[in-house]
Amino acid sequence: MKQAAPAILVGKKQNPTVKLLKRNWDLYLLLLPALAYIIILHYIPLYGVQIAFRDYNPWDGITGSPWVGLENFKRFFSSAQFWSLLGNTMALSVYSLIASFPIPIIFALLLNQCASKKFGKVTQMISYMPHFISVVVLVGIINVMFQARGGLVNILLAQLFGFKDPVLFLSHSKYFRHLYVWSGIWQNTGWSSIIYIASLSSVSPEIHEAAIVDGASKLQRIRYVDFPSILPTAVILFIMNMGKFLSVGFEKVYLMQNDANLQVSEIISTYTYKIGILSAQYSYSSAVGLFNNVINFTLLVVVNRISGKITGSSLW
Amino acid sequence: MSQLSAAAPKNRVRVTRSDLIFDICVYIVLGIFALIVAYPLYFVVTASISDPVAINSGQTLLLPKGINLDTYRAIFNEKRIWTGYRNTIIYTVLGTALSLFCKIPAGYALSRNDLPGAGIIMKLMVFTMYFSGGLIPTYLVVKGLGLVNQPAVMVILGCVSVYDIIITRSFFVSNIPQEMLEAAHLDGCTNLRFFTSIVIPLSGAIIAVIALYSAVGYWNGFFNALIYLSKQEYFPLQLIIRDLLLVSQTMASSTDGDPHAVQAALRLAETMKYGIIIVCSVPMLVLYPFIQKFFVKGVMIGGIKG
Repeated sequence: MKQAAPAILVGKKQNPTVKLLKRNWDLYLLLLPALAYIIILHYIPLYGVQIAFRDYNPWDGITGSPWVGLENFKRFFSSAQFWSLLGNTMALSVYSLIASFPIPIIFALLLNQCASKKFGKVTQMISYMPHFISVVVLVGIINVMFQARGGLVNILLAQLFGFKDPVLFLSHSKYFRHLYVWSGIWQNTGWSSIIYIASLSSVSPEIHEAAIVDGASKLQRIRYVDFPSILPTAVILFIMNMGKFLSVGFEKVYLMQNDANLQVSEIISTYTYKIGILSAQYSYSSAVGLFNNVINFTLLVVVNRISGKITGSSLW
Repeated sequence: MSQLSAAAPKNRVRVTRSDLIFDICVYIVLGIFALIVAYPLYFVVTASISDPVAINSGQTLLLPKGINLDTYRAIFNEKRIWTGYRNTIIYTVLGTALSLFCKIPAGYALSRNDLPGAGIIMKLMVFTMYFSGGLIPTYLVVKGLGLVNQPAVMVILGCVSVYDIIITRSFFVSNIPQEMLEAAHLDGCTNLRFFTSIVIPLSGAIIAVIALYSAVGYWNGFFNALIYLSKQEYFPLQLIIRDLLLVSQTMASSTDGDPHAVQAALRLAETMKYGIIIVCSVPMLVLYPFIQKFFVKGVMIGGIKG
């Protein structure tokens, strides 16, 4: 890592980099634990990803197993599940991206306009409570809320809307995506809004006062003062979400899966887990995973570039 | 909690009719929102101490009915939960300590603009946030290290998060003045000494934030245990409760649409789910009011950069 510093700046007496290295070598000690972790658990796996192009077997090891080129990828692309996996993954991520992106923004804008501060604070504190619930507990809550017998939702449907038969939310595949996305919104809206609330609070009050003097209504002030002020933040977050386009969280989907919804709930990451860990097809699973990662990364780079050109805000 | 803005001016000129309607709408929408978030949690609490028959007939919507602690008695007798609890506490404590040991010094070192290569190292780290080798290559590395089925894997994995390092770095960039470092250097203070005796005492806030982020991560973590552990005695709480909740769920779905064929044992299993949800969220629920401001602070620090 040390050679990485710019070596072009050849000093008159002593190279300034060398001088800095002499004085600051001990800072590398502070970096060492984190760096070791990153190298061992992130960069060595990146090297090991070559098994996607090999026919891995444990006794020959990663570098000893025979090359098979794109065989594993071909097998995936031509497999019966390919299109359904890709479709399911994309459907879940597009749906949750579109549905869950604007809601924290709206929530923050409303909270910011709330006349009573105390009411606002309490609402906000309640709103990010679910964020700290673990995925397992969240799925447990979804299950008890939506179960056919004794589930809160079915009780309410029966008592308020006179439903005669319970709706089988959990054992019907058509509800899976809605449950997944809206439970995510329930869990994360408050938390995601914090960042917007922060940038709203940095809007100077004079702008609002000027707008009031000019006769702007509250709605107009939201539209012309508040909204533009959080737009850059929103763009950055949108880019970051795009980078996770195909990386729908494994945990929640896996936990929500059951035999009844498998046809819409089997996504790339759960498939990778099943063929990789459960049936030990290491090379094939790595190829599927790599395909997923490459698409994600490409999307991130593309969206970031587009956004940098159009709006001037980008990640790097 | 300073993020609630002073957008509403103190000397309001005159409240127009449309603004008043707007205000009322804001209250209603926010109120409904808070209700949607809080009510399911409240329902879980009341259901956990109610009579199963009363829950099923919808009599516990507002207050618990037929209050009893059978559920909790059954849970207390479930040994696996307590093993899981013990394991999770151990993993969380050790993991949080290890996290702090890795993240705080790294964040400080990377915050220094006079560290050759800091920029490149930072880029290498950020890259791993967006591109990874994937499940199996990582699994093979962990296996190669001999960590599969070792409880240590639950402590080591996840002890470095690039996001947390970025937050830490931003904190140090804006909170440790350059002059202080220069003065210390003039007095012949080494970087390590400066870090341990000057930087650390000044960074209580960021240490609290990172400790809590890490602790919640370890407490709620489920993925690593699923992948790397197969011995039940090492299972963390999350994996245990997944088994318990899923087992009772299959029971529930097998009786879907057939509400008559239900026995008392099954009923208890039903309410046990509410109880289990409560039991394993208790530490969080108790600590939440005290710690939430630190989490918000973390988002703020992280929001400044990156």
